[in-house]
Amino acid sequence: MEHSGKPNKIRLSTNPTNEALSKLKIGDIVYLDGVVYTGREGVYMRAIEDGEPIPMDLPAESAANFHCSPAAVQNEDGSFNMGAVTATASFRFSKWIGAWFKMSGAKLILGKGGMSPEDYKKHFVPNGAIYLTTVGYGTGALLGRGVKQVRALHWRKELGLAQAIWVIEVENFGPFIVESDLEGNSLFERENAKIAENLSKAYEGTRPAVLKRFGETDDRKDELI
Amino acid sequence: MISIDLIQQTAETLMDKAAIEIPDDYLDGLKKTASQEDGDLSSFVLQAMLENYQAAKEDRRAMCGDTGCPRWYVKMGNEAQIEGGAIALEAALRRATANATNGVPLRPNRVHPLWRTDHDNNVGIGAPEIEYGFEPGGDWVDLITVHKGGLFGTDYRMLFPSDGIEGIKRFYLDCLVAFGKRGLACQPAIIGIGLGGSKDTCMVLGKRAACLRVVGDKNPDPKIAALEDEFKELGNSIGMGAMGFVGKSMVIDCNIEVGYCHTGGMQMSVHAFCLSSRRAVARVFGDGRVEYRTDPDWFTDYQRRDTVEWNIPENQTKSA
Ligand code: SF4
Repeated sequence: MEHSGKPNKIRLSTNPTNEALSKLKIGDIVYLDGVVYTGREGVYMRAIEDGEPIPMDLPAESAANFHCSPAAVQNEDGSFNMGAVTATASFRFSKWIGAWFKMSGAKLILGKGGMSPEDYKKHFVPNGAIYLTTVGYGTGALLGRGVKQVRALHWRKELGLAQAIWVIEVENFGPFIVESDLEGNSLFERENAKIAENLSKAYEGTRPAVLKRFGETDDRKDELI
Repeated sequence: MISIDLIQQTAETLMDKAAIEIPDDYLDGLKKTASQEDGDLSSFVLQAMLENYQAAKEDRRAMCGDTGCPRWYVKMGNEAQIEGGAIALEAALRRATANATNGVPLRPNRVHPLWRTDHDNNVGIGAPEIEYGFEPGGDWVDLITVHKGGLFGTDYRMLFPSDGIEGIKRFYLDCLVAFGKRGLACQPAIIGIGLGGSKDTCMVLGKRAACLRVVGDKNPDPKIAALEDEFKELGNSIGMGAMGFVGKSMVIDCNIEVGYCHTGGMQMSVHAFCLSSRRAVARVFGDGRVEYRTDPDWFTDYQRRDTVEWNIPENQTKSA
């Protein structure tokens, strides 16, 4: 486990079978083929809280929800110019993710930095879904190359360009890293735990600051010196 | 007299270069780091980044989808005369920022902090920032654009003389560990540290140390230069690499800048210039020449002077 060699590289459909997903291990590298759609707080609020019907046939059209706002412009003739594509941090969407799985049948959540182990256990595992994280996170140009074309742009008027649903046809779209598997194991958690073991060594010979800050004490009545 | 049209045109080219072309010093530093990384996942991330820089250049697309917050550093030689003066210069830089946002394209990141108003061009109240410096002699102006990314990776702390180097190290490590988990700081990065000044100047010094010095250069104070080396090493020995995976690539280089501070304090700031270390520089001369480069060369002896008077070296008295 400690030294597992070069990571595996896998091509995966954006409507993956349960069998394909069950083969993926945390730390595997994935490239996607098919259709992905962007959806973040704006979409979640509108669909879940306001009850607006989703303007797509989900999950038939795509089971891959991307937490992303692309660097893109819509030209005057209605066509699109999509430059680089970079994900946005997913932990902020925890509140909606359970309801979203029910509504969308998503199997892949794509984003930046993963979500919490509780989210995986409570929402991902029961819905047979996994989390794929973007890489770097600065690999926007590589991801941009995997975009074949923008198929549709929904709720642009209602939500604005950054929050709208971009439906994107992709080929060899990646790289992504498997952050959570079907059992809810998390790669980031595993790595954090390994690093934590050695942290005290790095801190050897350092000293806590003379003047503390709030947060370094939990009691707001405490003095900081 | 330096032509204002030439300034705007040069500024637009710089916006494009900064967003697309990774500077060579950072690229070489990252390659070196990548060749020493033995964490499998961390290595994979670094390889993907190297491919990404290549793809960005080949396709002429921004290297990262988050194109940061464009800002300007302007340094003027003492003999420089700008057509239309400083007001015209600022207008030209604002125009260049707006035009390039739609041209490259860049992400229109800048919004009003409360009303979230977005002009879709990265221009607004106080945006882009324009900061100034001056240099003895020389009929030229240096235009430097930095598109710093990353909401994570910057912090400030008031330390005291009794905290000493041990306290400085502790805060440095705290910052790297906090921002490095899950790769929030998009490391490995150029880490800039500001020491001294006052709270605001300390932040400015640290940010400039990260964004305006290149990989490999050293602070002229040999003891500070030794600290820079030690801190680079220390950051890379945490056990953390790219994206917070097990590894040893956190810091491509560590740059420290200092300023005199109040006798009771020892201010410290830490700044991470992410995997997309976007900066581009051009010197525009009065005679119409333009020279592009990637080293801002901001911290000259003059910028770091510590005496009352400054004796201009012989070779700098007339146009450089
Ligand atoms: S921190 Fe830098 S590399 Fe990371 S997403 Fe932001 S701009 Fe891109």
